[in-house]
Amino acid sequence: MNPALEVTDLTVAYHDKPVLWDVDVTAPAGILMAIVGPNGAGKTTLMKAILGLTPVAAGSVRIDGKSYTQQRQRVGYVPQRGSVDWDFPTNVVDVVTMGRYGALGWFRRPGRREVDLAMHALEQVGMHDFAQRQISQLSGGQQQRVFLARAIVQDADIYFMDEPFQGVDATTERTIVTLLKQLRGDGKTVVVVHHDLQTVAEYFDWVTLLNVQCIASGPVGQVFTEENLRRTYGGRIAFVERDALATGGMALRSFAPAATAGGAD
Amino acid sequence: MSASLEIQLLAVLVAAACALPGVFLVLRGTAMMADAISHTVLLGIVLVFFVVQDLQSPWLIVGAAAIGLVTVTLTELLQHTRLVKQDAAIGLVFPALFSVAVILISRFARGVHLDVDAVLLGELAFAPFDRLIVLGIDVPRALVTIAVVLIANIAFISLFYKELKLATFDAGLAATLGFAPALLHYGLMALVSITAVGAFDIVGVVLVVALMVTPAAAAYLLTSDLRRMLVLSVAIGVLSALAGYWLARLLNANIAGAMATMTGVIFLVVLVLAPQRGLLAKLVRRRRQQADFAATMLAIHLLHHTGAPTEAEEARIDHLERHLDWQPGYAARVIRHAERLGFIKSIAGHLQLTPTGYAKAQEVLAS
Ligand SMILES: Nc1ncnc2c1ncn2[C@@H]1O[C@H](COP(=O)(O)OP(=O)(O)OP(=O)(O)O)[C@@H](O)[C@H]1O
Ligand SMILES: [Mg+2]
Repeated sequence: MNPALEVTDLTVAYHDKPVLWDVDVTAPAGILMAIVGPNGAGKTTLMKAILGLTPVAAGSVRIDGKSYTQQRQRVGYVPQRGSVDWDFPTNVVDVVTMGRYGALGWFRRPGRREVDLAMHALEQVGMHDFAQRQISQLSGGQQQRVFLARAIVQDADIYFMDEPFQGVDATTERTIVTLLKQLRGDGKTVVVVHHDLQTVAEYFDWVTLLNVQCIASGPVGQVFTEENLRRTYGGRIAFVERDALATGGMALRSFAPAATAGGAD
Repeated sequence: MSASLEIQLLAVLVAAACALPGVFLVLRGTAMMADAISHTVLLGIVLVFFVVQDLQSPWLIVGAAAIGLVTVTLTELLQHTRLVKQDAAIGLVFPALFSVAVILISRFARGVHLDVDAVLLGELAFAPFDRLIVLGIDVPRALVTIAVVLIANIAFISLFYKELKLATFDAGLAATLGFAPALLHYGLMALVSITAVGAFDIVGVVLVVALMVTPAAAAYLLTSDLRRMLVLSVAIGVLSALAGYWLARLLNANIAGAMATMTGVIFLVVLVLAPQRGLLAKLVRRRRQQADFAATMLAIHLLHHTGAPTEAEEARIDHLERHLDWQPGYAARVIRHAERLGFIKSIAGHLQLTPTGYAKAQEVLAS
């Protein structure tokens, strides 16, 4: 079977400044994978390069054995919440319906069926009551849920999410985690840019540690080690609790405050 | 049809044609592009004119559209160097191209019917004199041009409505779904260019910019639905055009100038009076919030002294003014507001917390 995602020798540079150096990442199907690394490590760039949104200097990306353009319909993308203008004149259900545009293709208009799918997805993220709400009136956590609902209606096989946990409260975080596990249960692969090192072992199966280069990538139990974290973050990593690391086994904790490394941008 | 009616019809069609692409320019935050393109299309017209030697040729539109795209591309190239920001890039590109056009006209095209005054202000009043027979009907040439431009606008926007909406709201998603946002972007800019060409001949560059940006900006304040915003933008544009025409008649002034003035006037009215996003609505909302907050504060104050030996003392209205340091008039207003909200009852100069007020104070303190 093909790996769900195979990134080989990927190098991306903005002008002459390399942002990703020779990155290799392979992810089998049906896993939740976190991408972690300090600010400016190139996490967003890696996602954009995989999705063809940023030109690459070298290397290749395969999604289930084929190039991205051949697999468009099977890939879902949840950009960083701040990447769009939330004052745009539209409402929640309309934004979620946009997730169906890819399946509709050019010219075909969304209809009853698309709206039904959108409403169903909104129910899944607990935003059913907000369907007709103007998007300018949503809180950060609600915006994130709307984006997730939009990803659900895409019904993709592999998802890329850029910091879905950024600035959400504990309840929303739990909703999102439940949803991610549900997607995995349906056999989907989910790749998530994540900032909270404390919860990596709890939420994810695989992890990629990135800092311009790929420091390590593999099952959390094998690669999420103190040594690798030190290499990713430099000296700034003293505060990850031991039990959140691979060597300490699975952590069972309530929602701890965000890790000191990284932090929201 | 009388000349007056023809001029008004022209003005209405120009306004509608400009208002449609204007919506997307405003939503993309590229309203300045309208300014740039409507100036530089002149260069396209001049260059094509040198080749075909005919001011009526449809090739003028093609040339203008091409220069419009050149303007956009040059601006973006400059921006990508990261040496200048977008507004500066626009400010660098369009005066350069525009001035080349002006030099070419004044140096080589003198005597031809192509002059700089007309470019800036248009010649709406003379439009009915240049006539054409279409399908056996005798109509002003400009009317035909602008009708075609309007139809092109309506066709493009309704055909690509979904794609334009997605690309404007979330270009990243549009790209991953294969909707080529860059292509749509250039399509839209080409549309802006041909609209500018079709319109500036009639009303001049200044009014083209006013008609593209102002009605869309006003519509943005009035609705939170893209379809409605398109309709409102057209309606406001048309209204400004007609109002401007009659203002010009009244003052015996330049029609295009009066129309531009009216777009501004209508925008100001909307800015102040828009029901949700207008300045007045905002002011009222802020006042209401302040009043609600003061009423809640009063409820909390009363709650704190409920059951205490000093309760009767603290709940006296005149005491309140001293204790909370409220002006007498202000305290009376807060009390009235709190009564309206059902937080308190005032009995013989004493305030009493109602169950509603009690619950509200508890709720605020608990959060
Ligand atoms: N469009 C761009 N042009 C030039 N440089 C860029 C561009 N986008 C990102 N960069 C640079 O590339 C590097 C990686 O950026 P990227 O956004 O991928 O980091 P990140 O890991 O997602 O960071 P964060 O945790 O802050 O989101 C940064 O140094 C950034 O300054
Ligand atoms: Mg990022």
